[in-house]
Amino acid sequence: MAQKTYSGKTLEVTNEGYLVNQADWSKEVAADMAKEIGMELTPKHYEVLEYLRKENATGIPLTIRKVGKSGIVDIKGLYDLFPGGPLKFSSKLAGIPKPVSCV
Amino acid sequence: MSENKPLKKVCIICAKGSIEDVYATLVMGNGAVMEGIEAKLFFTFFGLDAITKKTMNNLHTGTVGNPAMRMPGGLPFPTLLGILPGIEAGVSAMMRSQMEKLDIPPVDEFLDMITAGGGEIYACKLAVDMFKLKKEDFTDHVKDIITIGEFYGMCGGEGTQIIFT
Repeated sequence: MAQKTYSGKTLEVTNEGYLVNQADWSKEVAADMAKEIGMELTPKHYEVLEYLRKENATGIPLTIRKVGKSGIVDIKGLYDLFPGGPLKFSSKLAGIPKPVSCV
Repeated sequence: MSENKPLKKVCIICAKGSIEDVYATLVMGNGAVMEGIEAKLFFTFFGLDAITKKTMNNLHTGTVGNPAMRMPGGLPFPTLLGILPGIEAGVSAMMRSQMEKLDIPPVDEFLDMITAGGGEIYACKLAVDMFKLKKEDFTDHVKDIITIGEFYGMCGGEGTQIIFT
């Protein structure tokens, strides 16, 4: 386990940087995490993050395919929003655990 | 080691047309682009079925000569049963529906996902000529029909691996 300071608070994160406590998440935390990987979040990003948090709460593993069918963003759009890690980076910024699905 | 020299590109060659061989290629290709790794997929010989419009969404798995084949519940699957008409189609349909339950898409949609992530799909010229196929027989995902030499030309660079499924 490690600790990181986001939005002025010291938060528990996994060794890969995912939030340990999903309740620690806020839009400001997401924005700070994004800055760390050189990203600036837009309202569209937040829309995806909110969707991922909602889906994650249902307990069914997220897949890139499901996000692509969410009506919020298609798969190409998801790659454009989160280059180099469409599901990985978006999950991290949404404050949910690392994706466990292979698709 | 992976920290110092991350994988940057995978070049995957698929020469077989059964469900398991094609999906191994597709899962690895999609998994790569999802991790920010460049992916180039080269389909040859029977692997061409995976990118041929007529066959791509109806791939089969072999029910004869496959010692790992099991009945639902885990009992061995008798080879003699596998030769009966319709068995291979039925088993294959069952496999496809099981995959659908895990949110693993049909082949054409899987190729959509891979190309959306920047992955590239190629057909082998030699095999295309051998099977007397034409560009229009293939799904639009196919970027080009190329020789193995041209494919190797794309497989250079540090952190690149060639995978044969």
